Amino acid sequence: MVMENGNAPSIIFKNISLSLGGEELFKDLSLTIEGGECTCILGPSGCGKSTLLRLVSGAPSLVYQGEVNICSQGVEADKKTAWMSQDDLLLPWFSLLDNILLGAKLRNQVSPAIREKAYELIAAAGLSGYEKTLPSALSGGMRQRGALLRTLMEDRSVLLMDEPFSALDALTRMKLQNLSAELTRGATVVLVTHDPMEALRMGNTIIVLSGKPARVQCRVSLSGAPPREADDPEVQKHFSVLLNELLNEPLQ
Amino acid sequence: MKGLRLIILAVGLVTLWQIVVTLTDAPHYILPGPARVFKAILNHYPVLLQHMQITGAEIVLGFLLGIFLGTSTALTMFLSPLLKRWVLPVLVISQAIPVFALAPILVLWFGYGMASKVAMAVLIIYFPVTASFYYGMQRTNPDLLELARVMEARPLAVMRYIVIPSAMPAFASGIRVATAVAPIGAIVGEWVGSSGGLGFYMLHANARMQIDVMFAALAALSIMALLFYFSIDYLLDKIIFWESKQGIM
Repeated sequence: MVMENGNAPSIIFKNISLSLGGEELFKDLSLTIEGGECTCILGPSGCGKSTLLRLVSGAPSLVYQGEVNICSQGVEADKKTAWMSQDDLLLPWFSLLDNILLGAKLRNQVSPAIREKAYELIAAAGLSGYEKTLPSALSGGMRQRGALLRTLMEDRSVLLMDEPFSALDALTRMKLQNLSAELTRGATVVLVTHDPMEALRMGNTIIVLSGKPARVQCRVSLSGAPPREADDPEVQKHFSVLLNELLNEPLQ
Repeated sequence: MKGLRLIILAVGLVTLWQIVVTLTDAPHYILPGPARVFKAILNHYPVLLQHMQITGAEIVLGFLLGIFLGTSTALTMFLSPLLKRWVLPVLVISQAIPVFALAPILVLWFGYGMASKVAMAVLIIYFPVTASFYYGMQRTNPDLLELARVMEARPLAVMRYIVIPSAMPAFASGIRVATAVAPIGAIVGEWVGSSGGLGFYMLHANARMQIDVMFAALAALSIMALLFYFSIDYLLDKIIFWESKQGIM
């Protein structure tokens, strides 16, 4: 299953300045995230990666100067986004199916067509047969797959993913990266991670943030469609470069 | 296993009671033995049953009304921060007045009938119910609320699907406390002034030096309170199926 939106919007940060807890996180930061591809934001913890996502999702508690625009072909696009975080945030009182339908439930929009779509996604993610299971009876990988499906059900062309796979073991993580790359193809995905390998496997573009206030330390564009294998020459070529960029940062 | 544990506990306590009676050689009008009390229960059970019904009705009515008022107050406080600032201090002040001291006034206002005892039970459970539900809602995971915001959720749906279920485990603790203390409210109300109920019957028996009957009434009250607690406990565990069991059994 591929996102059908042909012209997924770009995200443009213009002269963003923002302080959190008396600390200057961004100062005049300008950054463009291309539409219709996966951009991985890489950087040490505390450098403001997650805050960047929250700026896009329009978190009301953030006070900042500057502009965040979501545009499609130069025209202001729909500001609606979908969100996925490290914690799967599955509701323990809902079955897997109901969790996947959460957005529709919260908007009172559950319909047979929506249910049908949920069942299709569940099948695509290999979770058939677990529709009625409570999250407590699912493994970590299954739960995170559920969270991914809940995000995809929103049918938004901008997907914000905040270290979505970091709580999983290495093998489950790789499987989920493959599934996620497949299911989100065509959408504008902003994936925050601290794992250079994940960024190289998942991203079309990798932006490394560093420093306080944060600035773009480097930007890497990769050819070929994700997910890439770990032994892909392109992954190999950039891995040590990215690792060095990150290692140059002083420990936070 | 659960049933067996209960039986062992009950037999153990009765045995301990008999040991105390035997060792202290207490006269039966001070501390009657289990056998004497059991005989009193058998001899008086139609009257006991009648008074149990009155006290039981007071407890259940007070419990339901208290939960209704408590949840309404908690929801009001949660949904309106402005009202909360006015209601919360009143709630705390109301707890500073010992409820038992109010019993004579409640009997004066609501009469010797059931109303004053129900009011006592309501007063005694109102605070734990309100506080537990309110703080339970307050402690909803902020990430869930943020997720709901990004999903453009309707406010009522957020309450129904996220906030209220999140509050249920804390709320259940409040309800368990309420279940345990509601009988106290009813009995104290009966002591102050009434013409029926187990509390009234206890005083009545006490005045006639029928201490075994008094203990029989006490036993009836304990059994009723325990049954009430376990039923509610069982129900809560069924309703909050996603939480690990909190009850004592």
